[in-house]
Amino acid sequence: MKRLLLVGNPNVGKSVIFSRLTGARVIVSNYPGTTVEYTKGKAALSGESTEVIDVPGTYTLTPTNKAEQVATEMLSQGDVILNVVDATNLERNLNLTLELLSTDKPVVVALNMCDEAAHQGVQIDVEELEKLLGVPVVATCALSGEGIKAVVSRLEEARPGSLPHDPATRWARVGHIVEQVQRVLHRHHSFLDNLADLSLRPWTGIPLAFLAAAACFAFIRLIGEGLINFVLDPLFDTYWLPLMERLSVHLGPGTILHELLIGQVTPAGQINFRESMGLLTTALYIPLAQVFPYVFAFYIVLSVVEDLGYLPRLGVLVDTIMHRLGLHGLTIIPTLLGLGCGVPGVLATRILQSRRQRFISAVLIAICIPCMAQSAMIVALLGQYGVAGLGLVFGTLALLWLILALAFKRFLPGEAPEIFTEIPPYRLPYPRAVAQKVWLRTKQFLLDAIPFVILGVLAVGVLNMLHVIDALKAVLAPVLTHVLGLPPEAITALLIGFLRKDVAVGMLAPLGLNFKQLVIACVVLTTFFPCAASFVVLLKEFGVKDMFKASVLMVVVSFSVGAVLNLVL
Amino acid sequence: MSTSTAAQMRSRQSGIVVSFEGGRALNQQLRAMGLRPGVSITKTSGQPLRGPVTLRIGSTEIAVGHRMAGRILVDVEK
Repeated sequence: MKRLLLVGNPNVGKSVIFSRLTGARVIVSNYPGTTVEYTKGKAALSGESTEVIDVPGTYTLTPTNKAEQVATEMLSQGDVILNVVDATNLERNLNLTLELLSTDKPVVVALNMCDEAAHQGVQIDVEELEKLLGVPVVATCALSGEGIKAVVSRLEEARPGSLPHDPATRWARVGHIVEQVQRVLHRHHSFLDNLADLSLRPWTGIPLAFLAAAACFAFIRLIGEGLINFVLDPLFDTYWLPLMERLSVHLGPGTILHELLIGQVTPAGQINFRESMGLLTTALYIPLAQVFPYVFAFYIVLSVVEDLGYLPRLGVLVDTIMHRLGLHGLTIIPTLLGLGCGVPGVLATRILQSRRQRFISAVLIAICIPCMAQSAMIVALLGQYGVAGLGLVFGTLALLWLILALAFKRFLPGEAPEIFTEIPPYRLPYPRAVAQKVWLRTKQFLLDAIPFVILGVLAVGVLNMLHVIDALKAVLAPVLTHVLGLPPEAITALLIGFLRKDVAVGMLAPLGLNFKQLVIACVVLTTFFPCAASFVVLLKEFGVKDMFKASVLMVVVSFSVGAVLNLVL
Repeated sequence: MSTSTAAQMRSRQSGIVVSFEGGRALNQQLRAMGLRPGVSITKTSGQPLRGPVTLRIGSTEIAVGHRMAGRILVDVEK
């Protein structure tokens, strides 16, 4: 099978072209390094079955970091190279093109983002460029799909470059080519350009960052609460509840099947979707009606912010503070992703250069950053106490994050390298691309969450029936009551926390905890161990040895924080 | 014209790059982004407390640490 490699600078739209060619849906954003590992897909191009590989972006074939190393190593395995070039940034992109043309691989150039280039007053003579480079050049706009067919039809014409290659004169050659093919019309600063400058200058950028955070928060709350109160709760109450009540009567409370499917009912036979803990009641209600709305809202916000190109700017703004904490400004990107879900959060730490930085960021995410599923449940549980309860939980987590970061800085040898990143221009998010990304991420959440939620609820039922939990309660009761001030029953929630945090928090609801106990339980549940899915990713990224150390740290930190809260509250 | 470093430049100031020295890997990365002697750059922002500096080279904007910015020598336009 023929192998087609998509190669180009970071953030030029390789993944969008990959999606277009293969039909596979992949996450694309507006910052360098969204693709940190290569993605493979199959496509029938001109009737020939082809393996398409989306190579991580690279500025040069002399690798300077891990992503670039992956890219360079992959080159030897390709049959044809599709070099994706950002038309708005021709000069810098052609540097890599000339490097590619000096290898003996056949190349076709896709001149991407042609619409944006035209919009910016950049005119490129495609025919002349093709003549000068000696390989096919096709103008594309991958987001709208323009030019993709032409690329496919011209892949057969791919040929190796015939230009003499001398690294010392490459930039001069690039300059010469650009001079002949590009005309830039004078253009006034657009609104987005001005906003881009303002969001980087500290005196305007920092207030703007707070404003943006507040707006994002308000939006997530509005959409999340709106969906729950006006759509999902009514749906569950009107259509699902009567059905479950009939089933409950039919099965008869107390029977094994009833325990598993419906769970506990009140003495009057009432079902409470939040507390019953049955497969058809709580296991559906928690992911669909309590967590999904917030996850959905969060991913809309995240996707828009990503595609706009804000995140690298935020990374620059917080870099000064982050370095004082021994971290790197770009750590903010995986951390924000972790607020959605730990799995993509941990994976995104790969945009950081050193392993030490990646490890610290990932462990901080695992301990201190509650995922959206968990946050949604904490809000559901503590919302009745208003700002005090939520402020206490999230404030404690933030403080812990600070303390742990400083501890890592002090005790883990090494230092955070200085920031070095390209800052993409602001681009108006393309609605279809955003919708697709939100759909992809939400679907991923539902596919990942529901099996674990079901498993979690099932585990509670089985453990209850086998009296395992009673045995554990007896052993661990002293720790829970004396150190954390929690009732022995909370052990079930902690156990389920290994599987799935949202269900675990949900399990606290029927325990009748007071305000203080709820706060402690929520903090301990967030910090004491990552859920199964996150843990697997952490293990894959950092290996058994480091994760063992990290796990010990998590348990110690979590119980210490719980104990401190128990003393001071 | 006077020579200063990218760290010392004021925001919105432009100039011509004279030289830069950031170690082998970083030099290579900077060159790949289009930074080289003779090129015109504009400082777009500088964060307080020796924070990162952002520079525009042609249509590319990059952020570099304060230490690195201190090693990029620029002939600044007055």
